[in-house]
Amino acid sequence: MSEANKYETVVGLEVHVELHTNSKIFCGCSTAFGAPANTHTCPVCLGHPGVLPVLNKQAVEYAMKAAMALNCQIADISKFDRKNYFYPDSPKAYQISQFDQPIGEHGWIDIEVNGETKRIGITRLHLEEDAGKLTHVDGGYASLVDFNRVGTPLVEIVSEPDIRTPEEAKAYLEKLKAIMLYCEVSDVKMEEGSLRCDANISLRPYGQEKLGTRAELKNMNSFRGVQRGLEYEQLRQAEVLDSGEKVVQETRRWDEAQGKTISMRGKEESHDYRYFPDPDLVQLHISQEWKESVRASIPELPDSRKARYTTDYGLPSYDAEVITSSKKLADLFEESLAHTKDAKTVSNWIMGDLLGYLNANNQELADVLITGQGLGEMIGLLEKGTISNKIAKTVFKAMLESGKLPQQIVEEQGLVQISDEGAILAIVDQIIQANPQSVEDFRAGKEKAIGFLVGQIMKETKGKANPGLVNKLLLDRLK
Amino acid sequence: MSITLKDVEHVANLARLELSEQEKEQFTDQLNAILKYAEKLNSLDTEGVAPTSHVLPITNVMREDVTKESLPIEKVLLNAPDEEDGQIKVPAVLE
Repeated sequence: MSEANKYETVVGLEVHVELHTNSKIFCGCSTAFGAPANTHTCPVCLGHPGVLPVLNKQAVEYAMKAAMALNCQIADISKFDRKNYFYPDSPKAYQISQFDQPIGEHGWIDIEVNGETKRIGITRLHLEEDAGKLTHVDGGYASLVDFNRVGTPLVEIVSEPDIRTPEEAKAYLEKLKAIMLYCEVSDVKMEEGSLRCDANISLRPYGQEKLGTRAELKNMNSFRGVQRGLEYEQLRQAEVLDSGEKVVQETRRWDEAQGKTISMRGKEESHDYRYFPDPDLVQLHISQEWKESVRASIPELPDSRKARYTTDYGLPSYDAEVITSSKKLADLFEESLAHTKDAKTVSNWIMGDLLGYLNANNQELADVLITGQGLGEMIGLLEKGTISNKIAKTVFKAMLESGKLPQQIVEEQGLVQISDEGAILAIVDQIIQANPQSVEDFRAGKEKAIGFLVGQIMKETKGKANPGLVNKLLLDRLK
Repeated sequence: MSITLKDVEHVANLARLELSEQEKEQFTDQLNAILKYAEKLNSLDTEGVAPTSHVLPITNVMREDVTKESLPIEKVLLNAPDEEDGQIKVPAVLE
């Protein structure tokens, strides 16, 4: 086994994000996911002779917005180029992409790993069209092509080789995803392929400036997969270097099931794409005015919200990080605060009960009906003592599933906490009478016996008795 | 700059063309003749002239993000060499 910490790992990521326009980048076909094969195609995206692509303005604006959110400089003049290669997923035998005049360059994002903030450079962001989808027939004698995805607008985001560990790679992807979601340029569903990631990874001895020979990793289908693929590859390369051999520059495929990377040598790997300007698409001139109007549409981004949550609401940094990782979650948090002042309690309910429920049911926030008003008002009812913590959990679940406001749920289900001393006292006496043995045990010094008695009282009141009052009254009686 | 036999083989390989030895030599000569002709452009003084990617003085031709009807699947598949379940069937490609 090699000493992995002899070498410094250097990683750069290439991320493709599908932009969620209604129509494709160069034709009017729908980009909707999941349609029957080849039903969202036309002569333009099928690459028939004589057709002309016409650029989708929304795709350009989404790309500008994404580039701005990644702190890129936006080009004044941009253009499209043809990237030539033969593969059955590309009907034109070239992909329309951008070579030397991308939409955005020289950006950065900040990531946080182990409590430390680190800046990762963004080399460029460019606009291009997606390719089709290939599936391989069992037995491997043929491949099937679905061109629905051809022409879906993509941005390719290339990072600087600033990433040093697999954890940083994962943090970078999570931040990128959050920013894309905040900007609402993509729905970023990795399982539907709307965010895809390739990685370049190389190792060099600490202190060496020159980069080592890199491998390109493909086919990592989840953030966890990216992290695991890089972890595997950094060990593999360390072993190659330790044995005195050289790392081969090649493309390797991450095999999730086997948990290792496999060389794709043999596949033609010519990077001779012979880019040239696409004569069918004229130049894009991006005026200052246009840039400003797009910039104005960018909402407050996660880093800024996070800073505000820690300073204005006193949330712990961890809470702020989790809540701002999704715009919808952060919006819910802020909505709640219009109805209660207790930010930390809101955060506890979001991070505990809400995220717990979503995880357990494999759902997303969009799948549940709770509103910020509901959450805020429920915390108000807790503060007033109208409901107990235990009842609040029932109310919370009902809000998730019905979207009703807490007051209504409490009334409909008769969940109001019993805080009337007389009413509770009657039940306390009843339970004391019914359980002489426990009373005797308690008086003889068996402290535990009181727990049983409290349990009986709560059972009798269906959990609605105010627990503080129950304890107090019971102790009074037993003295 | 001149084109060698090796360049022709490389470009033919990228374009998936299988050329006979005679064709390779023929195309080497022809491509060299074309390049030589184009070399005349080098006699022009292009100092201070920005590289031209398009000759038309038109920019920002765009459409609104509106969907249109796609081709019916029967028509899509007319050009397919073979099909299966609405998909276009091609010789196997490896990962």
